[in-house]
Amino acid sequence: MKTISIKRSREDIIFDTMNYFLLSLALIVVLYPLYFIIIASISNPVAVQSGKVIFVPVQVTFEGYKKIFEYKDIWIGYRNTLMYTFLGTLINIFLTMLMAYPLSRKKFSGKRVVMIFLIITMYFNGGLIPTYLVVKNLGLLNNWMVMVVVGAINVFNVIITRSFMENTIPEELYEAATIDGSSHFQYFFKVVLPLSKAIMAVLALYYGVAHWNDYFKGLIYLKDNNLYPLQLILRGILVQNDVSDTMMDMEDAERRQALVELMKYGLIIVSSIPVLIIYPFMQKYFIKGVMIGSVKG
Amino acid sequence: MKVISLNENKNRHIFFSKKTFITLRKDYQLYLFLLPGIIYFIIFHYIPMYGVQIAFRDFIDIKGIWGSPWVGLKHFERFISSYQFWRLMINTLGISFYQLAAGFPIPILLALMLNQTVNKRFKKVVQTVTYAPHFISIVVLVGMIQMFLSPRNGFVNVMLMALGKDPIVFLAKAEWYKTIYVLSGIWQGAGWGSIIYLAALAGINIELYEAAKVDGASKFQIIRHIDIPGIMPTAVILLILSLGRIMNVGFQKAYLLQNDMNLKSSEIISTYVYKVGLIEAQYSYSAAIGLFNTIINIILLVSVNRLAKKLTETSLW
Repeated sequence: MKTISIKRSREDIIFDTMNYFLLSLALIVVLYPLYFIIIASISNPVAVQSGKVIFVPVQVTFEGYKKIFEYKDIWIGYRNTLMYTFLGTLINIFLTMLMAYPLSRKKFSGKRVVMIFLIITMYFNGGLIPTYLVVKNLGLLNNWMVMVVVGAINVFNVIITRSFMENTIPEELYEAATIDGSSHFQYFFKVVLPLSKAIMAVLALYYGVAHWNDYFKGLIYLKDNNLYPLQLILRGILVQNDVSDTMMDMEDAERRQALVELMKYGLIIVSSIPVLIIYPFMQKYFIKGVMIGSVKG
Repeated sequence: MKVISLNENKNRHIFFSKKTFITLRKDYQLYLFLLPGIIYFIIFHYIPMYGVQIAFRDFIDIKGIWGSPWVGLKHFERFISSYQFWRLMINTLGISFYQLAAGFPIPILLALMLNQTVNKRFKKVVQTVTYAPHFISIVVLVGMIQMFLSPRNGFVNVMLMALGKDPIVFLAKAEWYKTIYVLSGIWQGAGWGSIIYLAALAGINIELYEAAKVDGASKFQIIRHIDIPGIMPTAVILLILSLGRIMNVGFQKAYLLQNDMNLKSSEIISTYVYKVGLIEAQYSYSAAIGLFNTIINIILLVSVNRLAKKLTETSLW
């Protein structure tokens, strides 16, 4: 065992101290707002309003959560978003894999043309109005399908999937399969898909989070409240301060407003729960995803 | 024998060569794989590109794109000479450059610092926490901003008041809009942005570090002479990409953060396109503004890429 041991110089000690100090500062700046949401959501609204909730919850209450559970629109939005996310992600992954496979084949003659065809769309698009007119002409306005069809394939994701297939699935497998008489079709379903679990997890993560957080498509293409995704309902409550009065029939306007504020904190948490639950499991995948993506464009 | 080969020759001229025919037959399944995707891109990307021509017409709904009369550059002229034009340009470019100047270096700094952290556990905690805001939706982020900056009870103003200062109605003040937009963006994106630099740093040859240590380099010198040159190509590529998007300030957050009081500095091209196009239903005018925006972006991307190629030998194509 020959280890080179070098004494830490004074400069390095200063550096390390500064480094830990700055990173701790970054940690607090990012973490505190998130932590504050949690403690505020279970504190007495009046205490939150008067700035008494700083480090720990004050007079713990679950009233805000109770109100959220009684608020029907939220659950309609939740249901819709779950459906859009599930179905949309499934379609996304399937179509992305289908596109990426031929592009990953070394001897595929149309590769270059198809790549150019895809990359053009990354830099040039028709813009809001022409796209809106296409959706309208297809009869997809105010139709739930618009939420899963528009944006069905993301070019960047096709590129990272292609690189993944090129780099991790050995060419010999394809040769062996062809000798055994397998077609591209059989090879794709029996060999490529099972070997691509890691990249499919990455795709599920990227596409899934995008669906979960999407409010733009709903805003533009949907009119019917019953089709609204959760984010659009959230926008009404969080951003536009729009809480139906029947929900909060209270004489005391001040107390009503306090309760609405409390509900907002809880709502942020309720709406983020699915992401919070899967976050620890997916962390290793998104690092992988970015690494694969950065290998080469 | 001869006849057959003659026939083949003939075929080659009339149809396509035998070789192409064989590859097409061999690859036909691959084209089938591509078919759904290609149809998707044609419908939702290429047809709208073709539809861009409504920017040069006066679009009339019942007549459709084909039937509407040509009007040339009328809508572009109207936009450029409108009183909104400079305000929109200045706001769009202002937010974008502010965002770039403040936001671009921070993920790099974060990655360099994390890379030098000896304590792996601490490093992991910082990473987990700083990535998290990336997963928060824009709606929730804006909701949080509104609550935290609320003049009466947001914790920012509570702190200001505790310091004996007057509360500030941040979101009603046009001069605060850009700062709020940019800082919240950094809060949300810096951690996530650092991943790609950490990946680049992980790819640096370890022997370089060892050699530097033997030579007695300090950590600061290692960062300066090994880390920074090591991540330079990645940084340049990302910089080119962000400069190419300089006119594309995201609609979503800008629109959600807007209100009548801060409109003076918050109205940008994308929010204006939405209002004029979908709320006021002036399709052609709105499409012209959108196209104007895209063209500037492409010009920027191409020229920045050319410049980068000349200066740093790194480029997108």
